[in-house]
Amino acid sequence: MSGNAALGEAAILAGCTCYFGYPITPQNELTEYMAKRVPETGGVFIQSESEIAAINMVLGASVAGARAMTSSSSPGMSLKQEGISYLAADELPAVVVDMVRGGPGMGNISPAQSDYFQATRGGGHGDYKTIVLAPGSVQELTEVVPLAFDLADEYRNPVIILGDGMLGQMMEPVSFENIKPPKKYQKDYILTGAKDRPSRMVRSLLFDTKEEEEHNWKLFRKYQRMERNEVRYETFLLDDAEMVVVAYGTGARIAKGAIKRLRQENLKVGMIRPITLWPFPAKIMKETAQNGAEFFVFEMSAGQMVEDVRLALEGKGHIHFYGRPGGVIPTPIELFRAISRHYYQSRRGKK
Amino acid sequence: MKQVYSRPRSLKPAHFHYCPGCGHGIIGRLIAEVIDEMDLREKAICVAPAGCGMLVYNYFDIDALESAHGRGAAVATGIKRVRPENLVFSYQGDGDLAAIGTAEGFHAANRGEPITIIFVNNGVYGMTGGQMAPTTLSEQVTTTTPSGRNTKVAGHPVRICEVFAVLDGTTYLERVAVNKPAAIVKAKKAIVKAFRTQLTGKGFSLVEILSPCPTNWKMSPIESCRWIDDVMAKQFPLGVVKDVT
Amino acid sequence: MTIKTIFSGFGGQGVLSMGFTLANAAMLEGKYVTYLPSYGVEVRGGTANCTVVVSDEEIASPVASEPEFVVAMNQPSFARFQSVLTSGGLICVNSSIVNTTSARGDIEVLAVPTSDLAEKMGTIKVANMIMLGAFLKASNIVAFDFMLNNLQEILGEGKAKMIKLNRQALEAGYTFVKE
Ligand SMILES: Cc1ncc(C[n+]2csc(CCOP(=O)(O)OP(=O)(O)O)c2C)c(N)n1
Repeated sequence: MSGNAALGEAAILAGCTCYFGYPITPQNELTEYMAKRVPETGGVFIQSESEIAAINMVLGASVAGARAMTSSSSPGMSLKQEGISYLAADELPAVVVDMVRGGPGMGNISPAQSDYFQATRGGGHGDYKTIVLAPGSVQELTEVVPLAFDLADEYRNPVIILGDGMLGQMMEPVSFENIKPPKKYQKDYILTGAKDRPSRMVRSLLFDTKEEEEHNWKLFRKYQRMERNEVRYETFLLDDAEMVVVAYGTGARIAKGAIKRLRQENLKVGMIRPITLWPFPAKIMKETAQNGAEFFVFEMSAGQMVEDVRLALEGKGHIHFYGRPGGVIPTPIELFRAISRHYYQSRRGKK
Repeated sequence: MKQVYSRPRSLKPAHFHYCPGCGHGIIGRLIAEVIDEMDLREKAICVAPAGCGMLVYNYFDIDALESAHGRGAAVATGIKRVRPENLVFSYQGDGDLAAIGTAEGFHAANRGEPITIIFVNNGVYGMTGGQMAPTTLSEQVTTTTPSGRNTKVAGHPVRICEVFAVLDGTTYLERVAVNKPAAIVKAKKAIVKAFRTQLTGKGFSLVEILSPCPTNWKMSPIESCRWIDDVMAKQFPLGVVKDVT
Repeated sequence: MTIKTIFSGFGGQGVLSMGFTLANAAMLEGKYVTYLPSYGVEVRGGTANCTVVVSDEEIASPVASEPEFVVAMNQPSFARFQSVLTSGGLICVNSSIVNTTSARGDIEVLAVPTSDLAEKMGTIKVANMIMLGAFLKASNIVAFDFMLNNLQEILGEGKAKMIKLNRQALEAGYTFVKE
């Protein structure tokens, strides 16, 4: 099954009943899958007139109590940012998928990781954050997608799934057996009509600066809770690693292939793969740096996550960087060469 | 003593913030009366705009959501698709619907979404200080058309009802005004009809309401009400524009 | 072991379905598999290609920069992909319509007159399955018996009606290489 279709099926099994989207390569298979599958389950599918409309339909469906999702790729994500900011401000759950492609501007339709900043820094206007999940394989989508819906409901906040064109287009064997029926969430904020209860309003306009400040601090405390409880990552051959690769999603996959080769040549290289890009797994990196390991950050961009690694290490540990922006996918061999070059350089440096 | 006038149940005991002579207050009250009379308070969900109508949720005692500027029709679509049994209406100004949110309104109309748009046409951007709106008349002076709207460079006043009327998805479109008692009675009837269109599953409805904005028109409230009849209604003829209920 | 194959040709020659069939078969055999179709502009432009990676271990990248095998069903694909083939690699070519001379001395070329064989069977539509049969014989990525025995499941519901014809086509390709 393709990553795009698997994502759609996982969403359905996770209780997603509303999907709104606007065509853009390389995520069209997801929209097309939902066009067929959502109506079969009695849900709502709309091909909207724009990404702006889609995210606002999601907002409407969410405030009406449904599990709603939209998906797009980089240029479309830029258009959705306004709506994501409103979702965060209104404290409404939603799942937003970005199958990143090369940019900026129209860019191209090749896989890229250049929307990292946009996704992890909020992306739209105002002081807000979204949890960002970065799956690395088609099978992992079956864990990440239900998790995204649960986290969205748990925290009443939009959750971003950051994939790329490769993850979306690629087909791999996948099993959905691990997906459990969705949990029920008590939703005392949704709009259903003011029957047998006082009327409710959902808004983000707070003219009173004190009130707005309080709202911001409330959101901030929520984001702190996410930072405490929702950090997720995977480690690979970390125990004896002298050089630690940090990479996510497709990048981590390629890096893993390179690391296996490096190990065959007895180079002590391991990996930390962030699964949540925000909150970022800073603690494990700092701890690893204290053991004297050096870091090698690899991204399919000119260098975005590397800034988070730098912040995480707080000046400790040396950071090497290798990036390929513009939709270029390096091969495991290319990465193998790059890592071993840095590995030997730093060894020489130490002597 | 017999009570002949009171606050509708669907309005909270709050003061309107609108300027003297503004039409928004009348329109808000009309909607609340209609909701009461049709017994829809427990079913109604309002989508508020960015614009002077923004704070309607502070006045309506019904479930309400504030949408981003122009996105009301898309948000209302999302709500209505999830809750088809509810009365879902968006309340939008002319900048909101006829400029930044044209795409969302147009396509909701074209899909025949069974929602209602209450479209307040006051010919200007009220909330941001009286700039030109798409509905601003030719030669009309606003803060961004200081020597009058020059249609050669600033386009022509947009007639939303007529534009939407050509869409097969629309069911009921009427233009009314709130500048005098007789017009207000008609406006109320139009709102009733629009809500009924939605609730009987007949499709998309929109009521465009010509509404005075004395502050930004730089006129007295009385002059504003006259101006609607004498000038504005020439460009925006009152009456039913489409009715296929 | 990790084996990477690129299937390429004109859109409509069944190139993607060749790769998909191989990927499905390898998956049922219990291997790690990735299938990556070319997409977007390229699909609409008339040429199509897809990459299938089959492995005993987790697959790092579904992209093949130096594939062990290439299947080229038309001339432009032959020109483009023979150059990326790894040294010692094999390229299977539809020799009915492709000039198979290659400047590279370090690769093997297997010429299969796929279109001619297909026409002999009465329909050009099975050219891709003939080629797949030949490819399986040459590459042995999936056991041929396994492919035949599980053909129904591998092809999926859509093509189940055509099972007999597909089987014959696969066998025709397979035996052509035997000879
Ligand atoms: C994206 C965005 N752009 C601009 C604004 C600022 N803004 C708020 S209300 C408004 C215009 C409102 O005019 P109209 O829709 O005609 O309603 P009125 O205030 O006249 O009732 C604008 C431009 C905004 N809130 N959001």
